[in-house]
Amino acid sequence: MSPKTLYDKIWDTHVAHESEDGTCLLYIDRHLVHEVTSPQAFEGLRMTGRKVRAPEKTIAVPDHNVPTTHGRENPDQMTEDSRIQVAALDKNAKDFGIHYYPVSDIRQGIVHIVGPEQGWTLPGMTVVCGDSHTATHGAFGALAHGIGTSEVEHVLATQTLIQKKSKNMKVEITGKLKPGVTAKDITLAVIGATGTAGGTGYVIEYCGEAIRDLSMEGRMTVCNMAIEGGARAGLIAPDEKTYEYVKGRPHAPKGEQFEAALAWWKTLFSDDDAHWDKVITLKGEEIQPVVTWGTSPEDVLPITATVPNPEDFKGGKVEAAKRSIEYMGLTPGQKLTDIKIDTVFIGSCTNGRIEDLRAAADIVKGKKIKDGMRAMVVPGSGLVRKQAEEEGLAQIFKDAGFEWRLAGCSMCLAMNPDQLAPGERCASTSNRNFEGRQGYKGRTHLVSPAMAAAAAITGHLTDVREMM
Amino acid sequence: MDKFEKLSGIAAPMPLVNIDTDMIIPKQFLKTIQRSGLGKNLFDEMRFDREGKEIADFVLNKPQYREAQILVAGDNFGCGSSREHAPWALLDFGIRSVISNSFADIFYNNCFKNGILPIVLPQEAVDVLMKDAEKGSNARIEIDLENQVVTSSDGETFSFEIDAFKKHCLLNGLDDIGLTMEKGSAIDAFEAKAAAARPWV
Ligand code: SF4
Repeated sequence: MSPKTLYDKIWDTHVAHESEDGTCLLYIDRHLVHEVTSPQAFEGLRMTGRKVRAPEKTIAVPDHNVPTTHGRENPDQMTEDSRIQVAALDKNAKDFGIHYYPVSDIRQGIVHIVGPEQGWTLPGMTVVCGDSHTATHGAFGALAHGIGTSEVEHVLATQTLIQKKSKNMKVEITGKLKPGVTAKDITLAVIGATGTAGGTGYVIEYCGEAIRDLSMEGRMTVCNMAIEGGARAGLIAPDEKTYEYVKGRPHAPKGEQFEAALAWWKTLFSDDDAHWDKVITLKGEEIQPVVTWGTSPEDVLPITATVPNPEDFKGGKVEAAKRSIEYMGLTPGQKLTDIKIDTVFIGSCTNGRIEDLRAAADIVKGKKIKDGMRAMVVPGSGLVRKQAEEEGLAQIFKDAGFEWRLAGCSMCLAMNPDQLAPGERCASTSNRNFEGRQGYKGRTHLVSPAMAAAAAITGHLTDVREMM
Repeated sequence: MDKFEKLSGIAAPMPLVNIDTDMIIPKQFLKTIQRSGLGKNLFDEMRFDREGKEIADFVLNKPQYREAQILVAGDNFGCGSSREHAPWALLDFGIRSVISNSFADIFYNNCFKNGILPIVLPQEAVDVLMKDAEKGSNARIEIDLENQVVTSSDGETFSFEIDAFKKHCLLNGLDDIGLTMEKGSAIDAFEAKAAAARPWV
């Protein structure tokens, strides 16, 4: 047998049909659904009299619109259109008989956090969701990617997706990370190195010692942002940490089935002499805590750097950099650590898991946020929230002056009431710094949870290493 | 879905790189449960000020581009979120084709599901067409999907690559789901085989 990459192996086990031109029907093991990208798909099923082919493999949770303040079950807390969207998901989940975690359920949260937490996401699976950050689930050695609403309807109706195979890209992070450097810094550094279109047409496998050393939470953070590098998906071969994380989760296999699954999972790695279409290697020791200065995730620099000069870029990037710097209200040459921050957001499917909250709480402990700072922590799920309360993290945040919120996407994309006002500047643990992403004319700097916590205390972008 | 065969139309130049789906259709318009009606919010935050007044120098607000059916755009068009609202908004406005040096993966796929043709051309060709588009409404660009050719207003031609299956569906306005359901027995067979091999899934 010819050597294969992990992606090749998962792909090959999921092709349900292949046409002469190489177009495949890829079978989908898990379909995750949220309220924003699904209503038109369910409507399409109704109009054509189609059913959900595999409701037992379909899991829905509202997350994008939901308020993260107490009393949110009260419909008054949502705008009319948000309420309609969440109500549509309630109804669709019921009518089509799919698994559902409503707002009132403690297991509710961001779809990409709920999936792994409940054991829906397992190694070697194909996982899709009408959401670009589906790549998160790749941390388990699953082939996971975002799809559009027409494709959501296609998967609902047929449990397959029309696909052509992507190319293989290996991203290796060698060596050990220095203190203060996290999974978020790795994933941003990779995007900084490849550009936002560098991964277009590829599925990335992340490997190397620094990746192996990451917890499952950290690996999810890395894979989450594969899409920001343009890749269809990012994945990491499963290992003992993966099996350990999965074991005992509500929907993970049990007993003999677990053993059978485990035997297969252990075959899920890239063969030594597998073919890679592109290889990128970064040295773990050289990665520094990073921050974005512009309005594209590729606008990444070490926190010790200064705002660049647009003239230093090439081609179309010159105009883009000018526009970014103006939008962000910065001056070329300005030290990144001199940038004042008025809002801090800790949460999202990139960094809303327990380990992220622990890392932020470590920095915050015993301190107070800067006067006038608005800082919020939005756990990624109700269960993360509960765990953080049990571990005393919630109290640390509250004592420091943070708002302690309920689970949801919140200010990651500001579809609910959590938004930046024009000109406000946020250190955010989310994944996108696009214009207006966190609120009209809001300004976003992407950072790790520890760096966000540090900025909340000092009131400006800060090198977290100085606070450790 | 409407067929796409030939198109001769006004092209609007948008040289900016990394135009993301948040720019194409900001999130406040994702709360609809319908596909239609998003054209009025296309590029909302670039097109209108806070009071809802048109920003005069935004390309689609200029008189010569109001009827544009084609966009010529910078690199990595459509990056960001998977929202199909982006192609829905483009289509609802009247855009049937986008020409760029590269597209983000999900956006590219979403276009085909809605009868929009995304065309990838080398940067030099995009540069020529960008100049052409800047001439305004007198410069009509022609697109011929069958023959995979774009023709500038000066008659310069550029051929483009496209996946054969996607082309077939677009030319005939075919619905993917219907086509896949015809292969139902292959899916049944796969499901049975997979359930035996990986019963825990
Ligand atoms: S947290 Fe942000 S990126 Fe993640 S699913 Fe929600 S909106 Fe998308």
